[in-house]
Amino acid sequence: MRRPITLYGLTFSLPLLVWQILFFVFPLLFLVALSFWTVKNFTMRPDFDTVNWTTMYGRAVFWQAYGTTFALATAASVLTSTLAFPCAYAIAFKLSDSARRWAVFLMVIPFFTSYLVRVYSWQIFLSDNGIINVILGWIGLGPFPLLNTVGATMIGYLTLSFPLVVLLQLFSLVFIERTLIEAAHNLRCGRLRTVFAVVIPSARVGLVIAALFCFILSFGDFVSPVYLGGGEPTTLSILITDTTKSGQQWPRAAVIALTMIGTLMLVAFAAVKFAYKGKTR
Amino acid sequence: MSGSADLNRNRAVDWALMAYIVLAYAFVFAPIAASFVFSFNSDRFPSIPLGEFSLDWYRAVATDPLVWEGARNTLVVGVIVGVISTVLGFGAAYTDFRYSFFGKQIYLALALLPPTIPVIILGLAMLAYLSRVNLSGDALSVIISHVVVCAPFAMAIIRLRLSQMDPALEPAAWNLGASEWKAMRHVIIPFTMPAILGALFITMAVSFDEFAVAWFVSGLNETLPVKVLGFLQGQVSPRINAIGTFVFILSMTLVILAQLLLSGRGAGQTSADKE
Repeated sequence: MRRPITLYGLTFSLPLLVWQILFFVFPLLFLVALSFWTVKNFTMRPDFDTVNWTTMYGRAVFWQAYGTTFALATAASVLTSTLAFPCAYAIAFKLSDSARRWAVFLMVIPFFTSYLVRVYSWQIFLSDNGIINVILGWIGLGPFPLLNTVGATMIGYLTLSFPLVVLLQLFSLVFIERTLIEAAHNLRCGRLRTVFAVVIPSARVGLVIAALFCFILSFGDFVSPVYLGGGEPTTLSILITDTTKSGQQWPRAAVIALTMIGTLMLVAFAAVKFAYKGKTR
Repeated sequence: MSGSADLNRNRAVDWALMAYIVLAYAFVFAPIAASFVFSFNSDRFPSIPLGEFSLDWYRAVATDPLVWEGARNTLVVGVIVGVISTVLGFGAAYTDFRYSFFGKQIYLALALLPPTIPVIILGLAMLAYLSRVNLSGDALSVIISHVVVCAPFAMAIIRLRLSQMDPALEPAAWNLGASEWKAMRHVIIPFTMPAILGALFITMAVSFDEFAVAWFVSGLNETLPVKVLGFLQGQVSPRINAIGTFVFILSMTLVILAQLLLSGRGAGQTSADKE
């Protein structure tokens, strides 16, 4: 339906556009400008100087944090996808319709609980005198240092993205043609082989998008690395908060933020390209 | 693997998968349940075995004026964010439903992208930008940034409802002499009302839980999640569990209300017999 622009149409379409340009596009563009400003005596000055870029990119700390964050986020998306898949698969193919609706409803609940509170709750489980170590103590093991480890950070990432990944995988699995799977079975294709040769390729787009979301969430998260990982190793998100909160070095924080956005865009582009590879669309 | 006549079913595998589902949900709900249980536990350092049942942490929270101030800010911000996000989201959903125009892809990208930008980056960008235009440090800046993140959710929910509507309904109203505005008031809005209210509650719930952006942009007017962050940074205190349980119940009430509105009534018919 193509119509001339009317006052009526603009009333509905303009407000969101204006809001997002003013408060979403402009702040991000401002971040670009900010990365070229200079800081003298703890005050920022508008400028056009590449000093922040060269300083940050010349620091080993920055590249270490970059490598750590990238590796952690990659590990998180592989781990979460692997752990979520059997769950999504079972919900999609083994549950009745009403049980599936309940399963989806229950998986949505975590989105409405504070992520911070859940992370704090994991501290109760993982601390030296926490629930897990007490239970291990009953059978004569431990205590093991669980908190402030990379493993604890991973649990945090899982807490953050597991429900979303299960739901996204589930939505791609329920749209697979059941006849395809039956055909595979009729042709004497084993269960496991059916999963790898039929189910996963058919659901590829959803699976890749789910992994991508996990990567994005983990890459930018700063709660888990700080409160479960103990701030070690330093991730880019920790570096941003440290840089922002101490000494007014916002231009340098902007450099980190822009590098993160650039990385995420590249990863998203690669993932989407991979997801739709060979699809005629 | 199976090879038998029974091609699709294998008891052992089915049971294993069921057990796996239970395990997965246990993992997801363990922190939520623990937070609830330990909010009623007397121990200073929560662990098992449980201490005595006590409401001390709720009392500690209830008598802390800072918490009340945070709660009030959270509620006020949440309600305002919910209303603005829903209005903006409705407009965008209707635009997508009815119009096609040059650059619509960009319009939709702008409408839907913000939640995919990491909150930490959005927070930094907002803080820098809003302090530049002298809006940082008060509740207004929190509202502005929350709407950016929440409006896409509202749009998605309302757009879903609009896609269930017969696209011929609106032209039918015009043919019967209704102006565009009248058709909007008597056809579109009644039909999407469940989704509008659903979006309102969902965006309010999202705003309640959101903290990172708020943490960066809010100065003195801290919202409740920001307060929680403060507790976490200082000494660990079971008060977090009490606040968490309280916010959880509030959010869940909103979500269940939204769920009832979105799915409870049959699609399509109710809008007609309401007028």
